[in-house]
Amino acid sequence: MSDVETRFHRFKDLPSTQLLGTGTPMCAGCGGLQALHEIYDVLGEKTVFVNAAGCMTLLSVYPFTPFRGSWLYTAMASAPAGAQGVRDALDILLEQERMPPEEDLRVVVLTGDGAAYGMGLSATSGAIERGLDFLYIVYDNEGYGNTGQQYSGATPHAARTATSRMGGGFRGDKKDLFDIWVAHRPAYAATVIGAEPLDLARKVERAMAIKGPKLILALAPCPTGWDFDPKLTVDIGRLAVRTGIWPLKEYVDGRVVHSKTPHPRKPVKEYLSLQGRFAHLFEPQRNAAELTRMQAKVDEYWADPAT
Amino acid sequence: MSRVLLTGNGAAAWGARLARVDYVPAFPITPQTEIIESLASWIDGGEMRGRLVTLESEHSMLTAAGAAAATGVRVFSATSSQGLLYAMEMLYTVAGWRTPFVLVNVSRGLSAPITLEPDHNDVLAARDSGFLQIHCADCQEVLDSVLIAYRLAEDSRVRQPVLVNLDGFYLSFTREPVTVPGPDEVDDFLPAFDAESIAFRASAPESQAVAVLGGGPYSYFRYETHLALLNGLTVYDEVAADFAERFGRAHPAVEAYRCDDAEIVLLMMGSFATKARAAVDNLRDAGQRVGLLRPRLLRPFPAHSLVAQLVGKRGVAVIDQNISMGKGGVLHAEVASVLYGHKDAPLLVSFVGGLGGRDISPEEFFEMVKVVAAAAQRGEAPPPRLLYTEDELREIRKLQTLAHVERNSLGEG
Ligand SMILES: Cc1ncc(C[n+]2csc(CCOP(=O)(O)OP(=O)(O)O)c2C)c(N)n1
Ligand code: SF4
Ligand SMILES: [Mg+2]
Repeated sequence: MSDVETRFHRFKDLPSTQLLGTGTPMCAGCGGLQALHEIYDVLGEKTVFVNAAGCMTLLSVYPFTPFRGSWLYTAMASAPAGAQGVRDALDILLEQERMPPEEDLRVVVLTGDGAAYGMGLSATSGAIERGLDFLYIVYDNEGYGNTGQQYSGATPHAARTATSRMGGGFRGDKKDLFDIWVAHRPAYAATVIGAEPLDLARKVERAMAIKGPKLILALAPCPTGWDFDPKLTVDIGRLAVRTGIWPLKEYVDGRVVHSKTPHPRKPVKEYLSLQGRFAHLFEPQRNAAELTRMQAKVDEYWADPAT
Repeated sequence: MSRVLLTGNGAAAWGARLARVDYVPAFPITPQTEIIESLASWIDGGEMRGRLVTLESEHSMLTAAGAAAATGVRVFSATSSQGLLYAMEMLYTVAGWRTPFVLVNVSRGLSAPITLEPDHNDVLAARDSGFLQIHCADCQEVLDSVLIAYRLAEDSRVRQPVLVNLDGFYLSFTREPVTVPGPDEVDDFLPAFDAESIAFRASAPESQAVAVLGGGPYSYFRYETHLALLNGLTVYDEVAADFAERFGRAHPAVEAYRCDDAEIVLLMMGSFATKARAAVDNLRDAGQRVGLLRPRLLRPFPAHSLVAQLVGKRGVAVIDQNISMGKGGVLHAEVASVLYGHKDAPLLVSFVGGLGGRDISPEEFFEMVKVVAAAAQRGEAPPPRLLYTEDELREIRKLQTLAHVERNSLGEG
């Protein structure tokens, strides 16, 4: 991304505005909230967030909100359709000169993974196919967090959740939402993480300059659901990137480009062993076979990363 | 103003066109599809300003409708049966947003078994959602009701979405002469939508539909919505009176036909009420004092007018084109609840009929009147009746026998 015009070269270029208010009921160390803070500072307050049911729904509880801009909570399945309605209405008002251009807003969906990978997928697919001009932010805590972290379409293999509590944890594999988006040929798609704020800010900045459907998919370390000490959120986020488990990439102009290639990659066990949901891989006995398989999957990805 | 032959669907589309709607989120379903196809072709052909977007489901369609209305444009949408149920989560949700817009439902029986023909279980499933409901009996009424519905929805005392219901096939696909008012007349009656504070704007940040904690604030908002709907009773009467004055067509909240001196009253909603009306004329010719009451407004429930019309009558046949499984007719329970405790309340007898478009014959209307008269005489209501003839049962049995024979012979072969 070095060839791109950006106002974010160094850490000190990052905005220090802290647009998002404090005092929300999110858990201490919430990686989703961290990402949202960083994203909002780049986006600015001329936004309307269209929210799907999840942890973030409790950001705005009557009569308070941490947002300087606007907010509309919809339901679990149809936030993209809410974005469609707002965007279309704003366009109609602009076209008919019933609203001055400076009153226009950026329409932003804010959704968890459960909605994004599952119940909301058809509404998302529809919005992309209609070429809706919107930003779609997913905070991916890899489970239905708000209801107590049951496994979702985003839960990684072997993670223990409230509905995969025993034995080897979740038997399935994490679905690839980035690729699902890319298959739609959207205007833009990127993976980010709050622990890499410079990379995140550049991607949000880039998305803002492009019209059409745009994905910002943020892995969101979740102390409550993943079972780790809240002070480790940033460490775990960095490890997700440095072990290669969470590739930072973007899709733009028809190509997927990695914005960071971890080299050398740390072993995945460094990421896994910090989280209670994977503790069964280490105790009471080390599950060497499973750890080897998990490492191999990551190695396989990086042997030929999509470019 | 012009008089043309229009289907119920055509009349609904003309209503939306004359209302100069800005935005039409859409999704196809029989028997509604003609409405959105008409609007799409008018918009594409430049005959009508506005934007039509086909969503990927009715759930999304209702979400987009509510969201656009919450941003301050005039919204129209239409659906039917399975679509209305698919959208049900969002019906309740957008009604809670207090967003004014109009949704036409073309009634169709619900699956299972799947059918295309009408009854009112679909629209009654939305009864408690916070949408106001207007039920139409002919194609003219469909067009007029869409216009009335916008005035009602957008009135600052109401600010709620309104459902306009018409029956599939019987109205949706039936051509009737309809007076289409001129655009200027309609503009005078229904000026452009003044959204006031209903908006998302950069200079005026707004949080809509936020969560609440606890029953206190929750109850506050739920009661507010209920009270807004109750305001709809007065507003409806005002708007209908204004409409009647301008266009010469009266659409009262409850239509009373030959009720003044009636002893027995038939009470029902929708297009099948026109069958009841014909039966009333026949019975009157035979010297019986029979009338018809047809609530057009179901929500808010026009309790006062119903009570005023019914107290003092001997008996009422409440004919429900719906069935609440394990209970019976929905309208019967509603009417009974508002009459209870009134001195001289008539005896109510419940009939369920017309499910999935099944006809209600003149003979059945005569029979119902007979049953009600006898019950009133005795002072005791018989158990609810499910309209079905011996012939119909015989037909079904015959089909079942045929199917058995066929299966057995296949099994042998
Ligand atoms: C139709 C519907 N089904 C179920 C729920 C209950 N529910 C609320 S939030 C939630 C979890 C959403 O998970 P996700 O999208 O990952 O967001 P998170 O809670 O993790 O922030 C569920 C299942 C709901 N609100 N609506
Ligand atoms: S459960 Fe996880 S995602 Fe939800 S608020 Fe808590 S830390 Fe954040
Ligand atoms: Mg989640």
